[in-house]
Amino acid sequence: MSELVPEPRQKPAVPMKPMGINANLLGYIGIDTIIEQMRKKTMKTGFDFNIMVVGQSGLGKSTLVNTLFKSQVSRKSSGWNREEKIPKTVEIKAIGHVIEEGGVKMKLTVIDTPGFGDQINNENCWEPIEKYINEQYEKFLKEEVNIARKKRIPDTRVHCCLYFISPTGHSLRPLDLEFMKHLSKVVNIIPVIAKADTMTLEEKTEFKQRVRKELEVNGIEFYPQKEFDEDLEDKTENDKIRESMPFAVVGSDKEYQVNGKRVLGRKTPWGIIEVENLTHCEFALLRDFVIRTHLQDLKEVTHNIHYETYRAKRLNDNGGLPPMTVETEENHESNL
Amino acid sequence: MSKQQPAQFTNPETPGYVGFANLPNQVHRKSVKKGFEFTLMVVGESGLGKSTLINSLFLTDLYPERIIPGAAEKIERTVQIEASTVEIEERGVKLRLTVVDTPGYSDAINCRDCFKTIISYIDEQFERYLHDESGLNRRHIIDNRVHCCFYFISPFGHGLKPLDVEFMKAIHNKVNIVPVIAKADTLSLKERERLKKRILDEIEEHGIKIYHLPDAESDEDEDFKEQTRLLKTSIPFCVVGSNQLIEAKGKKVRGRLYPWGVVEVENPEHNDFLKLRTMLITHMQDLQEVTQDLHYENFRSERLKRGGRKIEDEEANKDQILLEKEAELRRMQEMIARMQAQMQMQMHSGEGDSSAVQGHHV
Repeated sequence: MSELVPEPRQKPAVPMKPMGINANLLGYIGIDTIIEQMRKKTMKTGFDFNIMVVGQSGLGKSTLVNTLFKSQVSRKSSGWNREEKIPKTVEIKAIGHVIEEGGVKMKLTVIDTPGFGDQINNENCWEPIEKYINEQYEKFLKEEVNIARKKRIPDTRVHCCLYFISPTGHSLRPLDLEFMKHLSKVVNIIPVIAKADTMTLEEKTEFKQRVRKELEVNGIEFYPQKEFDEDLEDKTENDKIRESMPFAVVGSDKEYQVNGKRVLGRKTPWGIIEVENLTHCEFALLRDFVIRTHLQDLKEVTHNIHYETYRAKRLNDNGGLPPMTVETEENHESNL
Repeated sequence: MSKQQPAQFTNPETPGYVGFANLPNQVHRKSVKKGFEFTLMVVGESGLGKSTLINSLFLTDLYPERIIPGAAEKIERTVQIEASTVEIEERGVKLRLTVVDTPGYSDAINCRDCFKTIISYIDEQFERYLHDESGLNRRHIIDNRVHCCFYFISPFGHGLKPLDVEFMKAIHNKVNIVPVIAKADTLSLKERERLKKRILDEIEEHGIKIYHLPDAESDEDEDFKEQTRLLKTSIPFCVVGSNQLIEAKGKKVRGRLYPWGVVEVENPEHNDFLKLRTMLITHMQDLQEVTQDLHYENFRSERLKRGGRKIEDEEANKDQILLEKEAELRRMQEMIARMQAQMQMQMHSGEGDSSAVQGHHV
């Protein structure tokens, strides 16, 4: 987003004629190498991805994040003691890691929310989370309206929020509804059915249908939101995904031997549940969706839609003026 | 033949044989005729498989037309108490089983009041029994007191939730609590052990009194002793409930069919369902006894103590009220005297104003 755009030339190199998509070029120019240039640039700069996990304690959030990124990136692995008590208020814990694959560096931040939904009185327990998300938008906004901007604004905005639904097999809980109602407007929410090895196939399908219907009836738009589908191709692809959401997942960071291969799974007296087997659970679908196909889209929707909504509201409140920071001297120093 | 087991009833000729050894048989016959009553309460979050487990335990269908409300409806709901009674008969022995369900428990966003309804229900049953017991006609007392409470703990957490702790602390002096870990097929064996230990530690830490199985008498046979020991070490029980018959290894078993295998409900290696059922059946009598001897007596003594104290307070109040009334009387008398003096002054006040001023002094 912060790439340098080349200055417009004084005289056009080629006369600007309206050209159709199938115009025949008289020879190869090399415009398509821009993709390769972008790729090289991205590889060098790397990119940020911030994922938040929300749900009651014990639903397997940390394990799932570890499984998603196939590394120990969660709070569980960073010195969190399993014997720790449930915190009395919702806390926000952000842990950053840099992971690399195929020459591409990703600065991954996992934001955990221990204490959510665990108290006796859970009223407004989503407020600290909403505050955190808005704070990140505010930070970004302040950087953006600076006179001397940083070349690459560090992006701490939450790109994706995985909401863990408890697999009761009945329906959503009132807390789930309230949370998603409040937060689907500020962040991309991806609902996930946790610990799906509790349900048989029929129970799973029935539960998913129920959850989808409840979300629809209550007007909750989870990611990918219908209103942001740009063209028909997007729509058909996203429709297919929306039909199979919320994904019923199982997470594990232990490996077992099955049929000669080592697979991630859970061992029980009646069989081994393979995490990446599509007949067992939908983890592979979730992983492909979040990481392999829609990662960039998640960031874009966060930037172009959620952040813009926040920005517009802030500027409106301020009377159309950007919020000026008083400590401009400090900023100058940090920018140099 | 004479000094053998005294339980042999068909030999009244034996010297020294009175025959009261036959008493247990008579009691047995009478009780069988009367039938047994048992009230079981189930408490836990929605969706933990309580109804399925009850149906599996007693091989009945206690909830034929069940409508499960959606989340939006649950927001408005408060905890309700639903009691369903079913008469089960097995080999001539009748059991009148009442299952008290508590839908809505832990559904609300703010669960602070959710156990008040449950506690008042339990107290109500005690109150009713106390009233019947103290009444004139005690022939047909119906025992609706809650003999046992299955508390369902979610397998998804890392132990007890704050709500679990608060609830159990509030009712452990009123009813026998049997903690049960529901939907245990979510957990691997190691996770189960860890969770059980964690829960037991937390129960001890918070001073919660759960129901303890009585030790086997020394004259029981070894099998029974071993069984009791096994049961005691397995608390809390990890159970799986199911009413579906699945084909597994050539025979039909009750279980749950997954793509990766079949969980058999009645397989002791898969879960503790059989242990729970054994415990409930063999200790039904004991549960009733503990309810009568411990919880009900506690309630009764509290109640009567409270009732007595009220009378004492009233007496003290009466004295106080008397004193107050007397003081008021005196004040009124003084006021009347003042007014009379004033009137007299005014009658004579035709001569001069100074007397009016004087009239104020009393």
